[in-house]
Amino acid sequence: MAYKYETVIGLEVHAELSTNSKLFCNCEVKFGSEANTQTCPICLGMPGVLPVMNQRAVEFSIRAALGLNCKIASYSKFDRKNYFYPDLPKGYQISQYDLPLAYDGHVDYELDGETKRVRINRIHLEEDAGKLVHADVTGNPNQSYVDFNRSCVPLLEIVSEPDLRSPAEAIAYWRAVKEILEYVEISDCNMEEGSFRCDANISLRPVGSKELGTRTELKNKNSFQHVMTALEYEEKRQARILDQGGKVIQETVLFDINTGRTASMRSKEEAHDYRYFPEPDLVPFEVDAAEVERIRAALPELPAERRKRFVEEYGIPTYDAEFLTATRQMADFFDETARLSSDPKGSSNWIMGDLSGLLNNAGIEIQDAKVTPAHLSELIELIKNQTISGKIAKSVLPDVFETGKTPKQIVEEKGLSQISDASAIESIVDQVIEENPGPAQDYRDGKQKAIGFLVGQVMKATRGKANPQMVNQLLQQKLTG
Amino acid sequence: MAAHAASELWQLSAAEASRLLADREISSVELTDACLERIAAVDDRISAYITVTADLARQQATDADRRIAAGDASPLTGVPMQIKDLLCTNGIATTCASRMLAEYIPVYDATAVARLREHGAVLLGKGNMDEFGMGSSTENSAFFPTRNPWDTGRVPGGSSGGSAAAVSAGAAPFALGTDTGGSIRQPASFCGVTGLKPTYGRVSRYGLVAYASSLDQVGPIARDAADCALILQSIAGHDSRDATSLPDAVPDYSAALTGDISGLRLGVPSEYFAEGMDAGVRAAVTAAIDQLAALGAEIREVSLPTTQYALACYYIIAPSECSANLARYDGVKYGYSHQGDGDMWEAMERTRQHGFGPEVKRRIMLGAFALSSGYYDAYYHKAQQVRTLIRQDFAHVFEEVDALAAPVSPVVAFPIGERTDDPVRMYLVDVYTLPVNMAGLPAMSVPCGFSNGLPVGLQLIGPHLSEDRLLNIAHTYQQATEWHRERPGI
Ligand SMILES: [Zn+2]
Repeated sequence: MAYKYETVIGLEVHAELSTNSKLFCNCEVKFGSEANTQTCPICLGMPGVLPVMNQRAVEFSIRAALGLNCKIASYSKFDRKNYFYPDLPKGYQISQYDLPLAYDGHVDYELDGETKRVRINRIHLEEDAGKLVHADVTGNPNQSYVDFNRSCVPLLEIVSEPDLRSPAEAIAYWRAVKEILEYVEISDCNMEEGSFRCDANISLRPVGSKELGTRTELKNKNSFQHVMTALEYEEKRQARILDQGGKVIQETVLFDINTGRTASMRSKEEAHDYRYFPEPDLVPFEVDAAEVERIRAALPELPAERRKRFVEEYGIPTYDAEFLTATRQMADFFDETARLSSDPKGSSNWIMGDLSGLLNNAGIEIQDAKVTPAHLSELIELIKNQTISGKIAKSVLPDVFETGKTPKQIVEEKGLSQISDASAIESIVDQVIEENPGPAQDYRDGKQKAIGFLVGQVMKATRGKANPQMVNQLLQQKLTG
Repeated sequence: MAAHAASELWQLSAAEASRLLADREISSVELTDACLERIAAVDDRISAYITVTADLARQQATDADRRIAAGDASPLTGVPMQIKDLLCTNGIATTCASRMLAEYIPVYDATAVARLREHGAVLLGKGNMDEFGMGSSTENSAFFPTRNPWDTGRVPGGSSGGSAAAVSAGAAPFALGTDTGGSIRQPASFCGVTGLKPTYGRVSRYGLVAYASSLDQVGPIARDAADCALILQSIAGHDSRDATSLPDAVPDYSAALTGDISGLRLGVPSEYFAEGMDAGVRAAVTAAIDQLAALGAEIREVSLPTTQYALACYYIIAPSECSANLARYDGVKYGYSHQGDGDMWEAMERTRQHGFGPEVKRRIMLGAFALSSGYYDAYYHKAQQVRTLIRQDFAHVFEEVDALAAPVSPVVAFPIGERTDDPVRMYLVDVYTLPVNMAGLPAMSVPCGFSNGLPVGLQLIGPHLSEDRLLNIAHTYQQATEWHRERPGI
């Protein structure tokens, strides 16, 4: 970034709530259904219908707001936001204008080892619109269709203050919000399905200036990479305009994924006066302070607190703690494994190493795997009590992953128990010394390294089941004794 | 039939019909056929119906007779009715008297309609009205104007003009109307029938095609107060589909008709007898108040100083809400849709240009303007503040009196075409009914005499949820007078 300008970015993050039913009707919230099957007269905006508030959506919103350190408004109301678009069935969206559900919060996020804070201006609840489908169904490529399955799905809008100073900060903050919403389990934040998206605004100002420059806006993005590229492009484009003494025009710009460039979007979709006014079909609602406290008490430990606790309580490195708290499910898995096995570092190593590898290969999330924390702690225990070696354990885990059987079962079935019986190992050791007189003599002659070969031969003969330490000891005794 | 005064079945009130049906003196099929014949005889002259559902009516009448025979009847079982075409009827065209919805068939019943159907009332058809409820004369119907049965050269009032005209002409024993600024009371007054606008929230608005959501309310238009009590009993009560519907228990309205109003403190607001009022209206309403005094009411003159602001306030709030409520008619999902070569935006614009009539477009534009950025505070916000004052005015007055008596309209039914070129003059017809909607109060229109041969209505206004009291005042008055029994000679 050019040294003479400071970049100022603000984000409006939109998250669809994962309530069972829609915000104002009883239709199921379900992604991927056939077009217009998750609809009813209410979410289709038929004449005469009325919205009725889904109380679960309010509870979900409060959970999110508390997770984002917001204050909850004691009195809140809905408003109508008026604009025409074919995917908006009523010709207005029921949203919140001057009395949002929550306000005045903040999110701390990590970037390059530094903790940064973004203030949240407000959070409001609104209904989502339908979706235009551009498909050639009737043989006329100029026709578009509307799918109202998404219409009236509860949508949370989280508006940040313009506290972000670079595209990288914007993405880090956006990721942090996603993590928190997933943690409080109010949204599945599925970016591909469009249930987690954002609008970004960006402006430049001379370094040291307190006044905000003219901003441009990017709408409806559901990819971290696209937002990053688009913001970086806008940053350069605005700097170029300012360098040439020009003026940035306040407008919404379109981002073209293929060219990596943004373009002006001057159309009638742009000039909006939303003519907000209070929604007369819904009564303003009051949120009881006791109810807020009840929700707060039931809130899970958030990622930042959890990371801190993992480092302090379990003594694992910060790097591990960050990796393990990437999702709530992974953190839960680690927490339980560490507790059951009393070996936090071992648990962390297994989860970050072998288990993550297996999950990646299978393309599934930890919560969908057959392996449980009980399995993993049992595996760690088997190593510790020398039933199996670490090497054998590495071969046991994929079987547990595959079958869901306990490690003990697999060790028994495959006869993988480590041979720790000195007499059983002793005869094999004797045999190996006899069969390998050369290396045995080398060791006796002071070539310490030669013992490695002999250990390997014993392990080979026992198909890895011999306790390696015991093998080592016995060999030394026999050769020097 | 000797025991009954009415010589024709179509002349029966709902309560009379209910009694005869219960006593098995008449069948619902006979009664329904009589009403359908009456519609056939008079509707070409008054045009009260947009749709007549004759086959469905006979089917429902047959079902009702079976229910009555099985001893499974409620008071309205087998009684025919008309429903204003602003209320959704499952499987039956609900046009809102608009080209936009000329062929629209709802997939569900409005709650009020569903409740009447459950009670076994028989649907004769759908009533004509001003397009989307916007008007005071039923001249704004996109299809045809309704004519006043007392003088077919005159309007029946509006917007529920088809409903009031049908009940007046005997083309329906009762009807369900809607009232946003006087749309039940004013046509009831012009047609000489009894109408009740309940407290906002008393009857569910679910399935009432929204005009102005914070003002709209469903209510009965009938021959007398006793019928209104019967009908309100069936449709009132909380509805989980309407967040603004009131949870309060529904009293027994018929039991409230004691015929005794002694000691009732009845207020007469001086602002409701302003200059420009027809002398005949003033005389009839004054005589009615004297009559109520003679029946035991204590008359007190009161003042509602904000009355003069109600009209201006209404014509900001109602159009504002309507500008949003009618935004859904874009030709995408249902109803009229302009087909042309243009793009999506042009299709939506042309749909609205051709689908809506001039008064609807006028109100949408008024509302869009009042809500637009830079004008919101001066118009919409200010109007809401005035609305609070109007509400407070009523609240203060109801500390001193139990109910108010006033004219429904300063005028009687006017000639068709007389006011269509002058919207403001048309709007003034509702000057005494609008304040009630602004305050969400219940009010009735009760026939109380004639001016130049045309009916005059007495308006009774009560505090929040005082329908039982208003019905009793009207009933007591109707026990002592014959105005509500006067029928047009059509
Ligand atoms: Zn729905």
